[in-house]
Amino acid sequence: MISGYERGVPLTLRKRPIFTRAFGRRSPLWGMDWTMLLAVIGLSVLGALLVWSATRVELLNGGADPQSYLKRHLLNTGIGFVLAFLVSLGDYRALRAYAPILYVVTCAGLVAVLTPLGKTINGSHSWIVLGGLQAQPSEFAKVGLVAVWAMLLGELRDAEDRPRGRDILLALGVALLPTALVMLQPDLGTAMVFAAVILGMIVVSGARLRWVAGLVLSGVILIVVAVKLGVLESYQVQRFTVFTNPGSDLRGAGYNAHQAQIAVGSGGFFGKGLFQGEQTNGQFVPEQHTDFIFTVSGEELGFLGSAAIIVLLGVVLWRALRIATTSRDMFGTLLAGGIVSWLSFQAFQNIAMTLGLVPITGLPLPFVSYGGSATFANMAAIGLLQMVHLRHQALDYD
Amino acid sequence: MSTRSRTRLFVLHVLVVSLLATLLGRLWYVQVLTGDEYARVAAANRTREIVVPAVRGWILDDAGRPLVRNRTALVVSVDRTQLSQQPDGGEAVLKRLAKVLDMSYGKLQKKIRLCSSEVGRPCWPGSPYQPIPVDDEVDSKTALQIMERREDFPGVVATPQPVREYPETYGTNAAHVLGYLQPVTDEELREREGLRSQFSGIDLVGRAGLESTYDEDLRGRSGVRQVAVDSMGQVTHTVRETPATPGSHLVTSIDAGVQSVVEKSLRRAVQRARSQGSPGSAAAGVVLDVRTGRVVALGSLPTYDPSVWIGGISQKQLNELMSGKAENPLVSRATQGQYPPGSTFKLVSTSAAVESGYSLHGTYPCPGSYQVGNRAFSNFEGTAFGPMNLHRGLVVSCDTIFYKFAYELWQRDGGTDPVKNPKDAMINMAREYGFGKPTGIDLPNESPGRLPSREWKREYWEETKAYHCKHAKKGYPEVAKNEPSRAAYLTAISKENCKSGYQYRAGDAANFAIGQGDMISTPLQLANAYASLANGGTVYSPRIGKALVRPDGTVERKIKPRKQGKLPVPKRVLSFIRDALADVPRSGTAAGAFAGFPLDKLPVAGKTGTTEAYGAEDTSWFASFAPANNPRYAVVVMVAEAGEGSRFAAPAVREIYEGMYGLNGKKAVLPDGELPDELPKIDGGGFSPPPGYQTAPRSSSSGGSSGGSP
Repeated sequence: MISGYERGVPLTLRKRPIFTRAFGRRSPLWGMDWTMLLAVIGLSVLGALLVWSATRVELLNGGADPQSYLKRHLLNTGIGFVLAFLVSLGDYRALRAYAPILYVVTCAGLVAVLTPLGKTINGSHSWIVLGGLQAQPSEFAKVGLVAVWAMLLGELRDAEDRPRGRDILLALGVALLPTALVMLQPDLGTAMVFAAVILGMIVVSGARLRWVAGLVLSGVILIVVAVKLGVLESYQVQRFTVFTNPGSDLRGAGYNAHQAQIAVGSGGFFGKGLFQGEQTNGQFVPEQHTDFIFTVSGEELGFLGSAAIIVLLGVVLWRALRIATTSRDMFGTLLAGGIVSWLSFQAFQNIAMTLGLVPITGLPLPFVSYGGSATFANMAAIGLLQMVHLRHQALDYD
Repeated sequence: MSTRSRTRLFVLHVLVVSLLATLLGRLWYVQVLTGDEYARVAAANRTREIVVPAVRGWILDDAGRPLVRNRTALVVSVDRTQLSQQPDGGEAVLKRLAKVLDMSYGKLQKKIRLCSSEVGRPCWPGSPYQPIPVDDEVDSKTALQIMERREDFPGVVATPQPVREYPETYGTNAAHVLGYLQPVTDEELREREGLRSQFSGIDLVGRAGLESTYDEDLRGRSGVRQVAVDSMGQVTHTVRETPATPGSHLVTSIDAGVQSVVEKSLRRAVQRARSQGSPGSAAAGVVLDVRTGRVVALGSLPTYDPSVWIGGISQKQLNELMSGKAENPLVSRATQGQYPPGSTFKLVSTSAAVESGYSLHGTYPCPGSYQVGNRAFSNFEGTAFGPMNLHRGLVVSCDTIFYKFAYELWQRDGGTDPVKNPKDAMINMAREYGFGKPTGIDLPNESPGRLPSREWKREYWEETKAYHCKHAKKGYPEVAKNEPSRAAYLTAISKENCKSGYQYRAGDAANFAIGQGDMISTPLQLANAYASLANGGTVYSPRIGKALVRPDGTVERKIKPRKQGKLPVPKRVLSFIRDALADVPRSGTAAGAFAGFPLDKLPVAGKTGTTEAYGAEDTSWFASFAPANNPRYAVVVMVAEAGEGSRFAAPAVREIYEGMYGLNGKKAVLPDGELPDELPKIDGGGFSPPPGYQTAPRSSSSGGSSGGSP
């Protein structure tokens, strides 16, 4: 067990060969939060099956290899786990130092989307294409911003036990540019994730409650103004209208929500079985391998399988919150707290829109939906959580 | 870490847990509590029910020769729903289709627009969700062009479909017997449950003739194919299928040979009238089997080609048919035309007079005119014959004898001041013979004719009182300008009608006795009355349908003419009348028409009728039966606006008998004058006639006859 650890482990780490470092007896692999990792692995397996089922029929109809999406998804997930592992080995303090660079890279990526490098895929102008590779900078921006904000709100002066007003204002100011950039795509979902994350992190940072209240209030005002001024695209407004009156436009704007709910509802308790979903195979729900992957689980795996996904997500979030609580420093707490805010908001929004609880916003379901950038970003977040976890353990034996 | 952050993390913890709990709760609600409802919606969402139309049964003559059958046509249909899903609303697809079908884009567009009160034909009267047939006569090459380029023609399908074909066996038309098919209307769908549940969108419904009467039997039962569709509405596979039950074939008692003989003779009668300067506007001929009440032939002129209705009639064709110039060819003069029957009606007056006590063998005067009240009623052309018996009265068609009967009977009933329960012997006898109400033949919209009874007079008076009372005061100033005497006459009539138009007057009774005045009858009613005279007194409700035979040859249902009643006339009276009528072609009013006819071979009995109408040529009638000594057929011909019965109708009847029996060098269409007793038998894909009957001669128009084999 841990008895093998000695003082000054980090120092010796650097001297051993990489393979030994990674898998050796004293490998950090064994110090990781395996409960969380197993939950992530469980979600990834379910996700792979659901992506397979969601894309199989359409690929077959198109005369393509019915497993081509599955294969790419498995590759992405594999790369994601390696990425998580590498991130978890990263230097905790170095991350803090590199945060400003991370911010610049994040913003550069989001700007690139608006240049000729940017590309519209599935109606969303959130992609950049470099060579044969496509990437969604907004996914990576979530990771980057969590790190930047953790640095800004976690660098406390000696006498302080919570961020001062100017720290918070700085954090908010830093948020402006990337939020504006994703709104230009337009990607309302990501902007909402940013808002949820900054709010969550400010709450966790221990900032005065009036800041929290002020932030919530100004957020509400901002939304009202945005709607009044017509900043939102008409389809975004329409989604909200349809949400308040579901039956109003079943063929048009309400189609997705209606079909999604039919798919989930028709699954019943046990579901129709993998690959047996008629709604799924009939491609009734658009984007069913990405944003609407939960409809596939709802129809084919039923309440049992779908509840399992929610529970597994719950396990990931529970472990992440535990990491946030046990972290020895504010940076780690905020990093973990920000990731919890991000993943919980995104997972809730994704599943809730499928179930008709909230209006439709394009966000993938973490660890389950198809999509390279999202998978990498989520896995990087897991890596960051593990990093904080390892650091906490390391500090224990410092 | 500060305790504050710890507290805040706890808040975040609680928040996360409650969000997840919300999701689980909602998931439970959607999937478990309301899952069944969603499952039902989902099923409706991804399956469509497609009605598979049944093949319509044939209509055959008594020997199994097809009068109506099916052939297979490739029908190109357009699905509006799928078209509307195209980015341009299907315009490009329609333009391509128009090119392939060699049809103008505008015409194609019109064909698939929906009918409404503002939108006239061409338009689609059916459901907007069903494929709309735009061309039902495409060749297989064109169909292949469409089917092989599915991606160019989304929402367009070419399907084989049986369409009606009229083989015109022996050159028969029989349009008024057969009727035609038309797309189902919304009203029909609402009214007929059977149609609604089986509606396929290309459904046709019998709109006239036998096609209408036996629609339910002929149409069969549609099948239902439940197919799974994907989100684009594309069919992925069949979930389950209930096959269609093809319709039964209707075997009729119409004999194609006799029918063609009747139609030919009617055409010649009309030509004859026209060549003599009369309008000859219409004609009808009826042949009944007097022993069974079955209809052997039923012809009407003017007629139309039933095939114009196939695939939806164009507005131009419909206008032509409906225009006054065409003389309403859609109306069957045999069952819907109503004319005063004239002297042919003396059958009824004789029966009534004898029943009322006039001696069958008495001698009655036949003066040139007879005084009925204050008005003199004259014989036809004023001829005076002197005293004679009833036999001769019928043979020479003396009117004054019947005026006398009518007037005296009217007086017995109390005259203008009727007794409490007047006997109305003539009216009631007419009713017994079936006049004044539809015969109940298995054809739609039969006219009832009219019995000008006391009740009818009163009703009519109440309807027209206002008009007459107005003119009684004002007179007829417009008519008075040119014809002062006529205006005075009309005013006098109006005055009388206004005051006492409800009265059953002596003149009404006298006119009625010779089938004139307000008495009107359809040719079928008259033929049916003569059939009952011929068969010894049984009044049938005639039938054209003989049996419904399933495609496998088993008989589904036999159709029998219903006996409506028995004439209250003693056998000896009927036999007396028959004997008298047998002399009409020998030495009476039809002697000229039957000159040279071998009456010794086929004794024909009959009665001429000539109905006078103000300002028009006479209606020409001949009502007959044969053989006179052992009656088998009743034959009635009516030629409207032609002239005397002996000159137009009687020769036509003579031609019919000659054709039926093969007399005077004509080829017999009935062997030995007999109709087949048995039903025709199913014989490999078609019908074979009973022994002794020839199969249908191949008509040139029956090229491809593959569709809907029985």
